[in-house]
Amino acid sequence: MARTLAEKVWDAHVVRRGTDGVPDLLYIDLHLVHEVTSPQAFDGLRLAGRRVRRPDLTLATEDHNTPTLDIDLPIADPTSRTQIETLRRNAEEFGIRLHSLGDADQGIVHQVGPQLGLTMPGLTVVCGDSHTSTHGAFGALAFGIGTSEVEHVLATQTLPLQPFKTMAITVDGTLPHGATAKDIILAIIAKIGTGGGQGYVLEYRGEAIRSLSMEARMTICNMSIEAGARAGMIAPDETTFAYLKGRPHAPEGADWDAAVEYWQTLRTDDDAVFDAEVVLDAADIEPFVTWGTNPGQGLPLSGRVPNPAEIGDDNQRVAAERALEYMGLTPGTPLRDIAVDTVFIGSCTNGRIEDLRQVAKVFQGRRKADSVRVLVVPSSARVRLQAEAEGLDRIFTDFGAEWRNAGCSMCLGMNPDQLAPGERAASTSNRNFEGRQGKGGRTHLVSPLVAAATAVRGTLSSVGDLGIEDAPDGSPLTTTVSA
Amino acid sequence: MEKFTQHTGVGVPLRRSNVDTDQIIPAVYLKRVTRTGFEDGLFSAWRNDPAFVLNQAPYATGSVLVAGPDFGTGSSREHAVWALKDYGFKAVLSSRFADIFRGNSGKQGLLAAQLAQEDIELIWKILETTPGTEVTVDLVNKQVRCADVTVPLQVDDYTRWRLMEGLDDIGLTLQHEGDIAEFEEHRASWRPRTLPAKHLPKVEVKAARAAGVPVEIGRPLPQN
Repeated sequence: MARTLAEKVWDAHVVRRGTDGVPDLLYIDLHLVHEVTSPQAFDGLRLAGRRVRRPDLTLATEDHNTPTLDIDLPIADPTSRTQIETLRRNAEEFGIRLHSLGDADQGIVHQVGPQLGLTMPGLTVVCGDSHTSTHGAFGALAFGIGTSEVEHVLATQTLPLQPFKTMAITVDGTLPHGATAKDIILAIIAKIGTGGGQGYVLEYRGEAIRSLSMEARMTICNMSIEAGARAGMIAPDETTFAYLKGRPHAPEGADWDAAVEYWQTLRTDDDAVFDAEVVLDAADIEPFVTWGTNPGQGLPLSGRVPNPAEIGDDNQRVAAERALEYMGLTPGTPLRDIAVDTVFIGSCTNGRIEDLRQVAKVFQGRRKADSVRVLVVPSSARVRLQAEAEGLDRIFTDFGAEWRNAGCSMCLGMNPDQLAPGERAASTSNRNFEGRQGKGGRTHLVSPLVAAATAVRGTLSSVGDLGIEDAPDGSPLTTTVSA
Repeated sequence: MEKFTQHTGVGVPLRRSNVDTDQIIPAVYLKRVTRTGFEDGLFSAWRNDPAFVLNQAPYATGSVLVAGPDFGTGSSREHAVWALKDYGFKAVLSSRFADIFRGNSGKQGLLAAQLAQEDIELIWKILETTPGTEVTVDLVNKQVRCADVTVPLQVDDYTRWRLMEGLDDIGLTLQHEGDIAEFEEHRASWRPRTLPAKHLPKVEVKAARAAGVPVEIGRPLPQN
């Protein structure tokens, strides 16, 4: 029978098929762990006298609570410090590999898996974090889980799961100048809504997706959860294989050949049927920005703050009114006129080396607007080292930006990197919820290019507003690969 | 997990819809490393209000929460379930639950039972007219009884069976350990292992300093 990509990966992991409402038992290939959602899971193991079944399929890193300054000093916040120390003790006791603060492979869990070559096509990947969907960019079935499920995977390396439905999201055509993967996913969320993907695994396909780099594909799959879906996937291809080849944990020799042969079968069959389908034309996608307090409240940057009175649906109108009040915005204001206090470049959505390269191309030879503070936070220590090897750190600091150590940072403000009440940010992260980046903070979600241009002008801007056609070195600003 | 067949306890009418997990327990409590002791965080934004239902004597010892529709929406934090359990709740009744909350409840032995909204309204009236009235949640007969009212409850058969047998998911899965071991024997050798660890050469990571001026590790810090 013809199957979709998600169904193929699912079927390859069924340990025991459920019947009569009993869920399938699925094998988990890779379990990623961090300090916030794991302590109670390890406690549960201890109480039950259980061990970690497969430490060799488990990897831990410190990311949510870690500071991005003074990482060689004790962590100032005692509760954050305790949570990190607890992870260190648990990793030691249960024999789990941990990349701690100060280690070159420390960083956001969704960057560390791919950079080590542990994230591969055809795997099942879980983590106690909703942005685990990121790993779907490799053609893996990857999703976030709760703490009981973390304990379950630690103890059994499996999860009982009811099957998902499948949704195809096809993006045809070519992106216009200045638009990026972030704009694609923000446009998708605005189109299908924050609940549109509920119960589905999304599969992104089409010419515009095929032409994206791995980093850009990760940006798209990362925000599947903001569309309500637990997982998003992209079929693996030569771009995927090229990214993986030679990474520390990538297969070698005969294993590599066998893997690639299998990975090439991981595509949706031509006659497979999705439960739902959505189609977008990349040519219509402009630099996008959110104006409200959920990721679906977004518009092209050329637009204006919407007028709630013109929204027909009662629930959406009330939500828009509340959002505009929280955001301190007046209907009809051109989005380009909105001045920001802070620009945050980082997170598991947009803190990778390509994102930093794009930003550096805009920053080069320019200075930040006086009124703006600019934070650049790499997604992992390895990304930071790579950026420094390329001289990007000098470009950032010459521009007037702060160049920080790696972690989740201001995306969720569990560490000291937070917005003050009323402070407005253009942020390359993934959630613009009330209080997400700091109590009373106001978040506009944007791409790295829009964030960079905004840092130059002080108001929400695209690179087109700076008159930039291509980078100073003549290379194109957006980082796509040929199909 | 403790077996759940039937529970009788004081009913607490929570006349609010869309109670999300941030309202059940705010993010500030997520830095804790324990699984217990979350009762102080439960509904913490409302607990300062003397009029809040749990602050009224007859309801304070309640163990059956009767809530409005769309209970438990928002983030996946299991801390929401822990906070309810730690306070003493054994069951939550609502006409609609968020999926993840319902799943987390089932794994923790907290019964999230679905009732028709008109039945919820009926029970609310009894609990408000006669504070302290007990509610019986009968999982065996799939019924909720309160004063002279008996109404049906809905819960999926798999979760009901698991709760009645007191089986936690891990215990259940470990009954199939043989299947897991057999599956593992046939896994392809290209599939990754995190151990033994492989990585690029160890490189020193310099600590970033405030004001955007990187300082070498080991240099003395300014004294204040």
